[in-house]
This record gives sequence, structure tokens and C-alpha cells, in this order.
Amino acid sequence: MDPLPPGDVRRYTNALAFLPVTVIATQSLTMRYPRVTALDRLTVDITPGVTGLVGANGAGKSTLIKILLGLSPATEGTASVLGMDVSRDGGAIRERVGYMPEHDCLPPDVSATEFVVHMARMSGLPPTAARERTADTLRHVGLYEERYRAMGGYSTGMKQRVKLAQALVHDPRLVLLDEPTNGLDPVGRDDMLDLIRRVYTDFGISVLVTSHLLGELERTCDHVVVIDGGKLLRASTTADFTQDAALLAVEVTDTDTHPDGTAALRTALTSAGLTLQAPTEAGAPGSGHLLLVDVGAAGGADAGADAVHDTVRDAVADLGLGLIRMEHRRHHISEVFQDDTPAPQLELAGTRPQEGGSDDVA
Amino acid sequence: MSPEPSPPAVASRATDVIHNIGYRSYDGPRLGRAYARRSLFLQSLRGAYGLGRSAKSKVLPMILFAVMCLPAAIMVAVAVTTGLDELPVDYTAYASFLLPVISIFIAAVAPQTVSLDLRFKIVPLYFSRPIERADYVSAKFTALSSALFVFTAVPVVILYAGALLAKLDFVDQTKGFAQGLLAAAAFSLLYAAIGLAVAALTPRRGFGVAAIIAVFTIPYTLVSALQAIAEEQGSIDATGWLGLASPGTLMDGLQGKFLGGTTEFPGGRQLTGGEGVVYLLVIAAAIAGSYLLLLRRYRKAGL
Repeated sequence: MDPLPPGDVRRYTNALAFLPVTVIATQSLTMRYPRVTALDRLTVDITPGVTGLVGANGAGKSTLIKILLGLSPATEGTASVLGMDVSRDGGAIRERVGYMPEHDCLPPDVSATEFVVHMARMSGLPPTAARERTADTLRHVGLYEERYRAMGGYSTGMKQRVKLAQALVHDPRLVLLDEPTNGLDPVGRDDMLDLIRRVYTDFGISVLVTSHLLGELERTCDHVVVIDGGKLLRASTTADFTQDAALLAVEVTDTDTHPDGTAALRTALTSAGLTLQAPTEAGAPGSGHLLLVDVGAAGGADAGADAVHDTVRDAVADLGLGLIRMEHRRHHISEVFQDDTPAPQLELAGTRPQEGGSDDVA
Repeated sequence: MSPEPSPPAVASRATDVIHNIGYRSYDGPRLGRAYARRSLFLQSLRGAYGLGRSAKSKVLPMILFAVMCLPAAIMVAVAVTTGLDELPVDYTAYASFLLPVISIFIAAVAPQTVSLDLRFKIVPLYFSRPIERADYVSAKFTALSSALFVFTAVPVVILYAGALLAKLDFVDQTKGFAQGLLAAAAFSLLYAAIGLAVAALTPRRGFGVAAIIAVFTIPYTLVSALQAIAEEQGSIDATGWLGLASPGTLMDGLQGKFLGGTTEFPGGRQLTGGEGVVYLLVIAAAIAGSYLLLLRRYRKAGL
């Protein structure tokens, strides 16, 4: 895993493209500002593929991106991107990495073509190649005739596509996407997530995508890294993560024998040994009638999940309640960071930090 | 000869079909940091005249450029047709003669060069590419000084061409022309540095425009007034030192002393040798200081 000298790595990167090497590796990476510690001894290895970086606002996602691009030196620790050291080879890294910022970054009076060609040249592409790749890349992200119009008139979805195109135009080996679905409507969000998936599957470019929504990352990502307060909370494959994080939402009717069916079922399930989430925000409509059963806490394996389903079914049948719905819910990442339920979540995250990390991510 | 000529013909026709070739990777050269800096320079220089931008952005710079060249063209026409024995204006004095037009040009173009990148947050995109912060500053500074040099030197070239057409003395005119180009270069460096440093302070273009006009006109008017008062009071020596306080009078003194022009100072006074050296130093310090301010400004800006 030790990186080769940068020159060699750049020469051999094409040959190594499909071998399971790390694209990003950090070693006790720490970033302290005078008032806050943005990253706290973060050690993580990220393999080729689509990796989600999840954390609440201020968790250290943007700081990590800045360090990975070689733009601000870390206080302590080391990091390497594509085998190059971020503190020494920032320029070489930025030549082979694409970056899509979270905020708007498009001048309104310039056309998408003009802008992306300029950005391609800023990445070192000769003029002819810059024009050819701009046309190709804009087509791949789904921008056609409108690419000759000034960008001021674009919709949010089109702007996001141009932002993605400028990050891909120089055929990077890795792109860093900062909250690419921000501000999009549900359809636009789905399109963007599919596009991100294609960036890896069709273009062969590894992706690190940040989000504060775990739900949208599980569809797109092979791996998920969760950070909070600059610390690594969890790094594992998406399958493992959503398995453990899965919840079963159960809603039942009330009957004459059980005027409060929800409470009756809660008691029954608790006595059957299942873990139930505390009744959540009183303000949310209907939340009083919804039971959230932790599927992962029962053991995490498929057998455990099935057992949970059976227990719920039997309990509902025994009580004679009508089952309105029983559906899988994923943790919304903001739940993970809610102040009132930190302890069980942290335990959950801490159950297998190293095994998960070492088999899946190293 | 093959007995069946038709299959190859079919195959060759089949290759004419347009295929969706999917994603193509790029294995060509990556020209790196110096090339990226040059690209940014060219893009900013073109952008200063509105090239590669919307039609609306081209209007003002192009009109100003026409206004700048028109008097030179008229003078040349007069000189050629009436057979004057010298041009009606010195090469070095032409820029100060049209100083208000140049001030408006810088006020329009300097914010265009840097404020747009700040306002629309394009700066982080640049810094996520191979260039460093210093490259950004140097590209923008060279671009604006080149734009200004084109703006101030083209009329000088027109004057020179006209002078040659009018068969004025070649040696005299060439010397004046060279001095005029040097004055334009010094002028462009000083005004570009100050203009950029002011424009980079704010992402708001309107503020930038107002601030630059203020910086270039208020001290100049003030210094000229003080110089006039000083002359009234009989202390003509003070006018030289007062002239250090505004970019306009600095350039005026410089071209009067070193480039064979005449100054607009009261009584057309020329600087003494010592004053001349101080003027040179102050101009160099103003350029360097503004440049350092710019570097500082972009040390913090970024992702």
C-alpha cells in the first residue's frame, strides 16, 4: 500500500487503473484551526469506485477535500491521492483530479462550451483537445443545443451538469463532488445520481461524493465513509452499512381490545427483545403511530433481519391489530447526529469499526 | 482478384455509420502549470475587450477604444493633409491628454478581470487546477497591463504611422515614438497594479467601478489644486513633492523628466534629478505594493 514515487505512479497509472489500489489514503490526518479541530486523526483508505463521504454540516468534509487537493497543509498526519503525496505533489494531483464545488461557480454571461473549454485548458489540455473533450463531455452529461447559450438562463439541473462537466473534461482519474444534488428536485436528484454512477461504471473515473443524506448515497456508492466532528465514525461497503442502519417502519390500526394499538405493539415487541427507536419528534404528522424497529441491532446478518420481520408479524397477529404498513427505512444521516440519540448510534457505529474497515476498504 | 467483389463493398459502406462510441479517455499531453497560466492570461486579456463574452460586454470597451484612437486619427489626417512640420501633440503626452477616457476604461475592465471571478466564485475552480495562487495573480496582472498597453499604445502607433506618412523627420519621430511606447508601458503597469488591487477588494462590480474612478481622479484633482496653490504661494519647489501623491501626477512627472515630454505641472516645471529618482522609486514601490496586496488578497480566497 506504500505509494510508489510520484513519477513512477504517473507513468504506470493507466496500467494500474483497474487494480485494487487506493485512490485516497489518509494517515492520522489532523487539521486544527485556532478555534476548532476540523479533522481529528482521520485514517481512511478509499479504493477505486464510488465512495460516499457522509457527515453533517461542519463535519470536516470540505476541509478534507481542500487537503486532498493539496491546497491547505494538514496540521499533522499524511494523505496521498492517486499515490501522490498531497503536501509535495499538489499540482500533479490537481492535474489528474476533478473537483465540483458545492456552490454556484458559473459566470452568467458565458456559454457552457466557452466556459468548459477554458476550464479544460486550465487543466493543461491543448486547445484542440480542449474543444473536442468539451463537446464530448457536455454530451455525456446530457447538455445539447443549450450549450451555446449564456449560462445565466440555465435551470439548476443544467448548471449542475455544467459543473460536473468542468470536473470531468480533463479525463481525471478521480473526481471530488461536493454535494452535487444540492438544490435539485427529486427527478433532477435521481438523474444526477445515475450520472454519478455512470462516471465510474462507464467512464472508469473514481468518485468521492459528499452528502448529508445517507439515503441517496446508498444507491450510488460502493463504499460509505461517515465522519463527524472530524473523526471517522464508520467506513464500510454500502451493503454493510445499510444493513446495519436499516429500520423497519411499522404502522398498525387500533382495535376495540387495544384502543392504542401502537402502544400495545411497542410493549409486545420490546418484551420480544427487539430494539425500538424512541418515539421521534412529536411535531411530525403521524409519527405517533409509527414504530421504528431496529433491524441491524438484532445481529446484522440476514437471518437476524428475517427473524425481526417474523417477530413483528407474529406480534401484530397475536394482538389482532390491522397492519397498515411495514416497510424498510434507512437512517437519514441527520438522525445519526441528533443530539438526543447519540449514544446508541455511536455504539452501533463502533461495533465493528476495524473489521469492517479492513476487509472492505483496505 | 477476388471472385466475390461485393462483400468488401458492403463492409466498407458499413463503416460509414455513425457509432455512439461512448466515453473516450484522454491520453494526449497535459501541458501543466505554465500553459494553464498562459491560458488564463489570454482569456483575461480577451475578456477585457469583451471577446468570448456576451455582445453586451463588448460595447463599452470597444466604444472607449474607438474614442481613444479617434483623436490620434484626426491629428494624423490634419498633419498629412495640411503638411505640418510636427505633430500637434507629443507621443508621451497623448495618454495624459485622454486620461479621463483611460480612467473609465480601467474602471470598467479591472472589475471585469477580477470581481467576476470572486462574485461568481470561479476562483476556487482555478485553484482546484494545476495553477497556484501566485500564477493567478500574475496572469491577471499581465492581462490587465497588456490590455491597458494595447489601449494606450495603439493611438501612439497611429500617430507614428501618420508622422511617417506626412514625411516628418524620421529620427525625431522614431525617438518620440519609442519614448511614447515606454511611457505607455510604465503607465499600464502602474495603473493596472493599482486598479487590480482596488477591484479585488470587492466582489461587487459596481463598488469596484466607483472605487477605481475615485482612486484615479480624486487624488489627481487634489494634487493639481495643491500644486497651483503652492505656485501662488511662491514655493514652486513643493510642486514636485506634491506630485508624488497621485498616480496621474507621478506619470506626468516621469514622462516630463525621462521621456522628453512636457508636464502639466504649474509653469510646465520639470523635475530635478533627485526628484526624478524619487519619482521612479515611488512608482516602482506603488506597483510592487499593489502586487503584494493582491497576493495577500488571494492567499485567503479559495475553496
